[in-house]
Amino acid sequence: MTLELHPGECLSLVGHNGAGKSTLMNVLSGNLAPDKGRIEVAGVDITGCLTPQNATAHGVRCVFQELSLCPNLTVAENARISHPSISGIGWRGDARRLIGDKLDEVFPGHGIPADDMVSDLSIARRQMVEIARAFAVTTAEARVVILDEPTSSLDTVAAKKLLDHVRSYVRSGGTCVLISHLLGEVLDTSDRIAVMRDGGIVALDRASAFDRNSLVKAMGSVVEAVTDRAAEAAAVRDTAPVVVQATPGASRSSVLAAHRGEVVGLAGLSGQGQTELLVRVFDRAPGTTVDGEVALVAGDRQIDGIFPLWSIAENISIGSLRTFLKGMFLDRAAARDFADSWRDRIGIRTPNVDNSILSLSGGNQQKALFARALASPAQIIVMDDPMRGVDIGTKQEVYEMIREEAAKGRTFLWYTTEMDELRNCDHVYVFREGAIVADLRRSDMSEERVLRASFRADA
Amino acid sequence: MSGFFSPRLLRNLLPPLSLAALLVAIFVLQPRTMSYFGLNLLLNLAIPITLATIAQMFILCVNELDLSIGGFVSLVACIVATWLHDTPLLGIAALAGLIAVYAALGALIHLRNLPSIVVTLGMSFVWLGLAVLVLPTPGGTAPEYVRTLMTLKPAYVPFPIIASVVIALVVHIFLMRSAWGTVLRGAGGNPRSLERAGWSILKIKMTMFALAGFFGVLSGIALVGLTTSADANIALRYTLLSIAGVILGGGEFVGGRISPIGAVIGAVTLTLAGSFLSFLRLNPDWQIGAQGAILIIVLALRVLVSRAEKRQ
Repeated sequence: MTLELHPGECLSLVGHNGAGKSTLMNVLSGNLAPDKGRIEVAGVDITGCLTPQNATAHGVRCVFQELSLCPNLTVAENARISHPSISGIGWRGDARRLIGDKLDEVFPGHGIPADDMVSDLSIARRQMVEIARAFAVTTAEARVVILDEPTSSLDTVAAKKLLDHVRSYVRSGGTCVLISHLLGEVLDTSDRIAVMRDGGIVALDRASAFDRNSLVKAMGSVVEAVTDRAAEAAAVRDTAPVVVQATPGASRSSVLAAHRGEVVGLAGLSGQGQTELLVRVFDRAPGTTVDGEVALVAGDRQIDGIFPLWSIAENISIGSLRTFLKGMFLDRAAARDFADSWRDRIGIRTPNVDNSILSLSGGNQQKALFARALASPAQIIVMDDPMRGVDIGTKQEVYEMIREEAAKGRTFLWYTTEMDELRNCDHVYVFREGAIVADLRRSDMSEERVLRASFRADA
Repeated sequence: MSGFFSPRLLRNLLPPLSLAALLVAIFVLQPRTMSYFGLNLLLNLAIPITLATIAQMFILCVNELDLSIGGFVSLVACIVATWLHDTPLLGIAALAGLIAVYAALGALIHLRNLPSIVVTLGMSFVWLGLAVLVLPTPGGTAPEYVRTLMTLKPAYVPFPIIASVVIALVVHIFLMRSAWGTVLRGAGGNPRSLERAGWSILKIKMTMFALAGFFGVLSGIALVGLTTSADANIALRYTLLSIAGVILGGGEFVGGRISPIGAVIGAVTLTLAGSFLSFLRLNPDWQIGAQGAILIIVLALRVLVSRAEKRQ
């Protein structure tokens, strides 16, 4: 793929989770070096010498999705951090003027004092400061400004002001790259739109050549596999009793219900309230009905999954330690045999379960976490996007295992950002902004319908 | 938020208020301390502790912790009382070398991603060992100019007070007001963001550790100027005193939230707490526990203020 940025245009990048938008942005800003390919600025090849340090000198500015201000500094001091040319006696006044003037220009009536500590500002105000900082010009000019989901934490008024500013910035000859999930603002603001999927660009054209429908279509994959599981799934839903009933935090949301022996998918863009709902089920928060014990398969292995200093056997058996109690003590031999048997059942590739968990590859570590949940007596398993960064072979094995366990009467709640995994579910709920916005039976589920529900109709 | 008694203001006022309360208590218990001579005696030892606390503050500012500052100040004291006195050139070279080692420690901790607690705990034994090698038995002599400086008797205001104010202001202007200091503090708040803006975290860490080494050296010199001789164990308790001083002064362990003026006030408060307990005629066995109790009370007050802040 080739992507050209012209002066005086706004290019938008859209695509589903993991399409490669943020990666592309990191390459452009010098934070990641490209494995192959070239980066040229004004005809000069700068591949390999683009670093965050000189990206600014090349006029590339970024507003990252996760906020990157220093919370312990004031607004003006943060301006100084990204504009090294502000220094010497009286620098504080210069920094105050720079960021204050830009804030006035982009967000008139913002009400942010330049001497306020960033940690005292609301998220929306921090986002405004960050945007103003990226557009501010000192000795280094702002030739390309990349905005990653800039409006996600802004209210509609501030978002409108920002998009107006983007237009006027582009009119004055600047280049803007806008990454957004809000298709309305993408269509209104950009000159060209690139649709990304699986790390490549699948459609690139003038914005006027797209509309909402064609964008959503382009984001999905072409082939829609039809499965014969639909009828079977419907049967489960009609006959089996409900074991989990939960409502997400947001008002005006439908209710999620899972029946015994069902695999329920939680879909939507990432971070739309799916994990929060799983935690509510796990904690049996007020307002949720949970019939049976719950086990969790963590998504972020390193943070809330594995115990890195423990052996594989200990990592597997921790979920069901109570069954190995012998008086006051643990029957270690029994726990080890138990882990051994699960290694064989689930196919963890290791000669010895006493090895450290870190000796396993990522996929096999994830299998150990599955073994921990499946080996526990829990009848309800909640899974928080567990297949992130797992190879396709392991995925197939785990899908098969989930189907088998479901057939035996276990219930699965499965948050996933991958469309293919939804095809393994009997019923899918689509989340958006903390609420369930679509309730799809297996027979009704299609990639297009999930995508359509994931993006707001009015934006 | 701009109310006169906003929690933020209260929080900033807590360190000076604790110091004032302690001073008043001491004056009531022992009115004779309310004189030039009394204050001089009372605050004398605060100068080296203040300098060590400032050193610790530079380290805490970049989210690290220095458990070796006590041993380091002891070693500096031993070098000052021997080499700097007998062979000044060798002494100066040794002290400069120590600062360079501190900067190298910063680089090591950053590059190898080591926990600073482990590295500095290890170094504390190295410093102590070197101190014993330099000065096996207590003794040595303070260089004359150091002695003269530390026993200055300026008119009206006792020297320790002037010294504390100067230290606080100089570090405050450098770290809190200058464009350079802003970048240094930013590294404690959000290192990723600084790297993205093109600053080198390695250089920042090395600078901060070198500054800590520099202030550690100043602390050792000041200490020998007061005691006139040195001992390998002379400043071991500074490690915990310096950490407590920074925290007492409103600093935090992570996030680059520090205050030089607060740190100086914290160090002085801790020094006075010792005298206060002596004036109470408390059994020395109980003094360390009582010092801890004072610390807990002040920190508990701070938590209460922070809670009020959150509620707003």
